[in-house]
Amino acid sequence: MARDLMDIRAETDELTTDKMWVIMGPQHPFSHGLWTLKVELDGELVTDAEPIVGYLHRGWEKECENRSYAKIVPMADRLCYAASMTYSHLYCMTVEKALGLEVPEKAQYIRVVADEICRISSHLMWLAAVGTDLGNLTVFLWCMREREYWMDLFVRLCGARMTTNYPRIGGVRNDITELFDRDVDRCVQHFEKALWDIIALIDDSSIFLSRMKGTGILTCEQCVNLGITGPAMRGNGVDFDIRRDDPYEAYDKIDFEVPVLNDGDSYSRYMVRVEELFQSCKIITRAMQKIRAIGKNAPYRYKAPTNVPAGTAMCRLEDPRGESLMYLVADGSGKPYRLKVRSPIFTNVSASKPLVVGSRIADVPVIMAMIDMCLGETDR
Amino acid sequence: MDTNAVYQKPTDEEIKTLLNEKFEGKVNVTKIETRRVYATVPRELIHQVCEYIHDNLTFEHISTVIGVDMIDNLRVVYHIDNYFNGCVIELTVDIPNDDPHVASISDIWVGGNWHERETYELFGIIFDGHPHLARLLTPDTYEFYPFRKSYKLRGQE
Repeated sequence: MARDLMDIRAETDELTTDKMWVIMGPQHPFSHGLWTLKVELDGELVTDAEPIVGYLHRGWEKECENRSYAKIVPMADRLCYAASMTYSHLYCMTVEKALGLEVPEKAQYIRVVADEICRISSHLMWLAAVGTDLGNLTVFLWCMREREYWMDLFVRLCGARMTTNYPRIGGVRNDITELFDRDVDRCVQHFEKALWDIIALIDDSSIFLSRMKGTGILTCEQCVNLGITGPAMRGNGVDFDIRRDDPYEAYDKIDFEVPVLNDGDSYSRYMVRVEELFQSCKIITRAMQKIRAIGKNAPYRYKAPTNVPAGTAMCRLEDPRGESLMYLVADGSGKPYRLKVRSPIFTNVSASKPLVVGSRIADVPVIMAMIDMCLGETDR
Repeated sequence: MDTNAVYQKPTDEEIKTLLNEKFEGKVNVTKIETRRVYATVPRELIHQVCEYIHDNLTFEHISTVIGVDMIDNLRVVYHIDNYFNGCVIELTVDIPNDDPHVASISDIWVGGNWHERETYELFGIIFDGHPHLARLLTPDTYEFYPFRKSYKLRGQE
């Protein structure tokens, strides 16, 4: 619709204005981190855009070449503070694949539970950010309040809130604790109710709806070709989720649905994430049942050798934001020869131009909020 | 098998046969696992191979373009996905140190654009035909390629 407006304006409006570049960032309320979006404006309409990243580039991959394999687990946490569990999990999975190491069944389920808690807290962080972007502080406060319960669960599980340092090469650091076992179901039940309150705040607000519906539209083919992954892609009608279609750990033994919406606008990307929150709750409940059935004395970690045999290994998983991939080149020593991280946001943000061109400047914060920026993993 | 037909959900074995038949053994499929196909490709053929697996094997998404400095040569690794059956092809291309050029594939998958820019600035591999091959993460003033093995960190001897 916005593109049509541009055509109409070109035909009917006799007033000519100069085009202007507006630089949004790196210190800008919409950017949620250090990055810049340069937009070219014709009046209120965006005619061109260029994202600039790299302010946080710290050579993460190169740093890893200087460290032994075990020391990289806490570093992987620091790739993204909101998705720390999935990154250290991915790293451990990649090294295990290079070693040809099988993980105990119990550890597989514990990792699933930890990943889903991470997904929920990451999505809540995103929803809070969307709330502030659209000027509704209640959404922000309520989301952060709910997120605290999940952070407390992490404390029960591994003692830390954000950079958890929990997965290990060969399993997980410790078994689930009694307090975690007690609180996880209470937390899920509480959250499934509380989430409806937050949804009501957004879905009953015409400000949210008019900003989100019909903005940032991409077609399904465009979205796939641009490399957009994760909830942003599933909001565009691409029915693909690595958890279901290329399963890792114990995801193939757990029943869950993958939400897909076909509208391809900001609102459907928002709805996909909200639906994922409910699905994550289901996965946690079902995985916890399996963990309890496996029993208390089952092993949760196998011993792994310190040196990795020469060769390459590739692993990928469904991060809260999209497809994360790690590629390891090992040379038989105790340090990786090369470790590459594919960050979902790095590719998603490269698609900023097709996302925002044709929309109005006031819609840009919301459109870009729907890819859930995180600069730690983008710049690495 | 018919190498000109379009396959939406090719199996791992089918991909191996098709690549061998289409490129007459020049593409070497080294390993097959569940939903994973590993192949090495000569440098001249990479664009043709990518076009073929995009158009005929329905691999619509590119995950990464990875640079590796193997000291004796440079290496570029591509991971390409099929969204219909969750299969990933890993293509490995070796490039000589003294002529670090390879054809860009960002005209086939636009998503490869930034991955190629990153590989260029960190390894000095030049992607011919790239629309805008400029530095992305590091400052424009850098005149070295920080991820090459010749660039040492503190603590590396």
